[in-house]
Amino acid sequence: MTNNQPLISDKANIPFYRDERIIKIFAQVLSAVIIVGILIWAIINFFKAADARNMTLTFSFLKESAGFPISNPPIDYDPSMSFARAFQVGLVNTLLVSGLGIIFATIFGTLIALARLSSNWILSRIALVFIEFHRNIPLLVLLFLWYFVVFGMVPQVKESIKWPGPIFLNKRGIYIAWPRLTETGGIFVTMAAIGILVSIIVFIILRKRRKITGKATYYLPASLGLLIVFFLFGWLLSGGTPFQMDIPSFTGINYQGGLRLTPEFAGMFLSLSLYTAAFIAEVVRGGIQAVDKGQIEAARAIGLPPMQVLSLVIMPQALRIIIPPMISQYLNLTKNSSLALAIGFQDVFAVGKIVINQAGRAVPVFALIMLTYLSLSLLTSFVLNIYNRRIQFVTR
Amino acid sequence: MYRKYFPVLAIFIVLALVLTACGSTAADEPAEVVAVEEDILNRVLDRGKVVCGGRTDLAGFGMLDADGRNEGFDIDFCRAVAAAVLGDPEAVEVVPLTASDRGPVLQTAEVDILSRNVTWTSSRDAQWGNFTNVMFYDGQGFMIRKDSGIGSTDEFDGATVCVTSGTTTEQNLSDFFRQNGMEYEAVIFEETAAVYSAYEEGRCDITTSDKSQLASVRSGFANPDDHIILDITISKEPLTPAVPHGDDTWFDIVKIVSFALINAEELGVTQANVEEMKSSDNINVLRLLGEEGDWGYTDLGLAPDALAKAISAVGNYGEIYDRYMGPNGISFTLPRGPNLNWYDGGLIYAPPIK
Amino acid sequence: MINTEIEQEMIKPPLPPGPLKWVKENLFSSIFNSVMTVALIPIVFYLLFSVVSWALFSADWRAVTQFPLLYTVGQYPRDQIWRVGVILSSIFLFLGISWGRWGGLLRSISLAAGLVCVVTALLPVQHPQLDQGMRLFLGSNTVMILIGYFIGRIKAVKASVIVVGWLLIPICAVVLLAGIENSELIPNVPTTLWGGLLVTFLLAAGGILLSFPLGVALAFGRRSDLPVLSGFSTIFIEVIRGVPLVTILFMFSIILALFLPVESRIDRLVRALMAVTVFSAAYSAENVRGGLQSVPLGQIEAAKALGMSNLKTTVFIVLPQALRAVLPAIAGQFISLFKDTTLVVIIGINDFLGIGRSIINSDPEFVQLRTEVYIFIALIYWIFSYLMSLASRRLETAMGISDNL
Repeated sequence: MTNNQPLISDKANIPFYRDERIIKIFAQVLSAVIIVGILIWAIINFFKAADARNMTLTFSFLKESAGFPISNPPIDYDPSMSFARAFQVGLVNTLLVSGLGIIFATIFGTLIALARLSSNWILSRIALVFIEFHRNIPLLVLLFLWYFVVFGMVPQVKESIKWPGPIFLNKRGIYIAWPRLTETGGIFVTMAAIGILVSIIVFIILRKRRKITGKATYYLPASLGLLIVFFLFGWLLSGGTPFQMDIPSFTGINYQGGLRLTPEFAGMFLSLSLYTAAFIAEVVRGGIQAVDKGQIEAARAIGLPPMQVLSLVIMPQALRIIIPPMISQYLNLTKNSSLALAIGFQDVFAVGKIVINQAGRAVPVFALIMLTYLSLSLLTSFVLNIYNRRIQFVTR
Repeated sequence: MYRKYFPVLAIFIVLALVLTACGSTAADEPAEVVAVEEDILNRVLDRGKVVCGGRTDLAGFGMLDADGRNEGFDIDFCRAVAAAVLGDPEAVEVVPLTASDRGPVLQTAEVDILSRNVTWTSSRDAQWGNFTNVMFYDGQGFMIRKDSGIGSTDEFDGATVCVTSGTTTEQNLSDFFRQNGMEYEAVIFEETAAVYSAYEEGRCDITTSDKSQLASVRSGFANPDDHIILDITISKEPLTPAVPHGDDTWFDIVKIVSFALINAEELGVTQANVEEMKSSDNINVLRLLGEEGDWGYTDLGLAPDALAKAISAVGNYGEIYDRYMGPNGISFTLPRGPNLNWYDGGLIYAPPIK
Repeated sequence: MINTEIEQEMIKPPLPPGPLKWVKENLFSSIFNSVMTVALIPIVFYLLFSVVSWALFSADWRAVTQFPLLYTVGQYPRDQIWRVGVILSSIFLFLGISWGRWGGLLRSISLAAGLVCVVTALLPVQHPQLDQGMRLFLGSNTVMILIGYFIGRIKAVKASVIVVGWLLIPICAVVLLAGIENSELIPNVPTTLWGGLLVTFLLAAGGILLSFPLGVALAFGRRSDLPVLSGFSTIFIEVIRGVPLVTILFMFSIILALFLPVESRIDRLVRALMAVTVFSAAYSAENVRGGLQSVPLGQIEAAKALGMSNLKTTVFIVLPQALRAVLPAIAGQFISLFKDTTLVVIIGINDFLGIGRSIINSDPEFVQLRTEVYIFIALIYWIFSYLMSLASRRLETAMGISDNL
């Protein structure tokens, strides 16, 4: 700005319509007026239409009884509960499928990336086929393939496939024997939680001391030992039976008990995470390949074992490149979970659509859906960006 | 880094505030009712086309043939209206709608007729539009797999049921189980076909829907005998074409077309014999075909032979029914049952055309 | 990402090692690798065998083979179908021209397209929709490609003309498909009758062509030093990117009508296109913004020093470099837009996937054949999407863009 000073010193000679500052202000005012004008126009239209067509804009209907069922609600729900509760059920389903999807997609994507980089030609080609298959078909088609084609091949209830565990697989889903807390189980859980907390604190303190003093503090054995002691103690206090295996059993029509994954959930979860895993695999591969070959060679030259080469040299450097695109993959996965309605998994969008249909309040419900996804996205990217900053900071 | 989120957060907070404000202040005040004025008839005449909210994915009622032509029981009704108003049964534009689109689309008068097997209920009548005349009496029933070990509704407790979302079916189902104090697991899809695919695969023990649909679906199964449609009917489902609120003339026209199709069957007027019936000696036939008297066409602004054109376009009620669901129907065979004419013991009855 | 493969190939010694050595190096280099190879080979063969034998012997492809026209053009009136034919032929013509001009991948695509046409034209089956006229039309497309090839070889045909031609095709296509009110030759065909692959491609092409300029504008808007403009652009971009496409489609298909005057009705297909465009624009904007940030400040200063105006600097200096830098990202965005067009099924538009579902549901018998239909649909999407990604990789190599990582 300072070197421009002499040029514009003679202000009087510049007509206002060529004065950059005035043009800028004018442009802003104009665009603001246009945008706000369009919004106001739209809202006036809406109120006219709303009045004429008996549409109400309130959220009071949320308290009314919903009246429609939801398949396998993860939290307590029945049709006599309110619309708001139905909405919560959808939200929990969305969070469940995207949370688990993110974890699984990350693990599986990394494995695929490693397979892709493997020196074994067949393994590498299989990974390539997996990646190219998933990256080039629409997720919606993949959902149909999993739900209608793959789950279509699973046997009927009476001919269930039995795997050791026991795990049962049939049209109604996957039933897994699952430990459930007994009456005294609470004591065990409390003790275990305290144990985990204490051992983490010990771990951090001892490791810090080691870093400062350079002396061996045996932080790993010490914290693990503590953990085991707490677990044992909790187990004894609860009378030796903190858990009981809940084994699924056949009761005439269906299997009961155990942990059950419905085909809708499984289909949604699998296709969502496999689809995203293919993209994550490419991100991870790119990150690993971007690490300077010299670094790896140097690490090997000083005699680091392969695992340490990976964990101490490659990964810390690759992560910096991997994390930002990974964040957008996580966000994509969360947003893509809205396709659930196509295969009957009732996430927040599917429930919202039913509410619109039953309660007839399109606009408020729609606003609620948008706000839900917006806050989910903002929250995810906010948290992950903090992590990203930490990772990037380490590089110095 | 975080700067970019500030504007978003700002609008987010404002939106949230506005929404809560709406929720708390304006609660439950009935909106001032202003009558909507629509001029659908003139719009149809200007456009030269009837926009018909239908579907392309339900055998018998709304589907596509190999040449991409829309056909089905619901679609033929739209064609009849187009023939009556515009003289051309092909002057129909079918807009495929999903179950959840139906209400809003009718409310905003985006379609001239909604003929997409919609159940007429009081709340829909109040919210969506005007319902004309019941074209198909249906009722919700249950179809069960023979091998499921369920024999009757008493044994439904703990069963898995496949059902469509966004319809009256879903509510009826939940009411039924609640009243009988039984538990069930619902598997809910947006799309009708998905429901039956899932049921056929064995995802559910039971599927529930309008009985006509169940019959159609059952006929397509590889082994129809493995499935039973129970005799019980748990709800009334009068499937009725609807028109948007606000144009009484249009409402009347659509109603009268449906009356005409029903009366034609009663009077023995068919697609084939419309022309010769014009010289019939039955006075009621002559009135229907516009040869004698005024059935209301002057007031509605239609041609005297409008109803005759509708009949020659798609045939009478019975012919439409048989075309898709009769003994040699395109889609499947379903006995007429409640959809027989009143003099045969059914419910199909229309005011006279005179 | 991709160039590393090419680099590796380039690094390879000039003389390829013998097959035995290759096997040893790539399959049995260590004990772990050998075990893996021995375990994987039978699995791969078993899978391949079962898929192929299912497709050839036990699958019932009736629901696919009976309705070729439904899958391609949906309900488009059969007596007006020549319009789609004209568009297809001009696409083939331009494909041929581009092959003649640039060669490379276009050559393979042209040859493959020609081959598909010839094979379909000569299929030794009786099919009501594959009559003499249709066979003749398909055969003539091969000739179109060849004619195009020779036109493309003529040096006088400028590259820019070809590019403009490509851009004009979608616009002409829409005009031709929609027709003119009260016209004898090309009467109006309402968009509710458009369907199948036709709609999929129109939505994808329209979305790409419209969202890109909007995205560039939003990117500049966000970087602008005018707070109102940048604030609005930022809000727009972040809100759209924060919600799923289905909600945006739903907003345009149902909610938008409530905010417009009662008389105005926007065509359903246009609304879907608007939704896809807006959604894609927000993502393009972020990609372009990344590119804009990568242009060194020195470039802009140099342009200013030469006395170029702001507009000229942007158009001729900043934008070309920015777009070149983010070409891979933009190409990826377009591929996902192509795949995302499937979501219009949820708002009731019969695109390729939607037609498939309508066919399954049109006849109770076909409900059993859904596996075949879905697999066929997946295959078609896969082919086109893979071709797009292949083309984008070739373009990257041709433009010498280094690895985007």
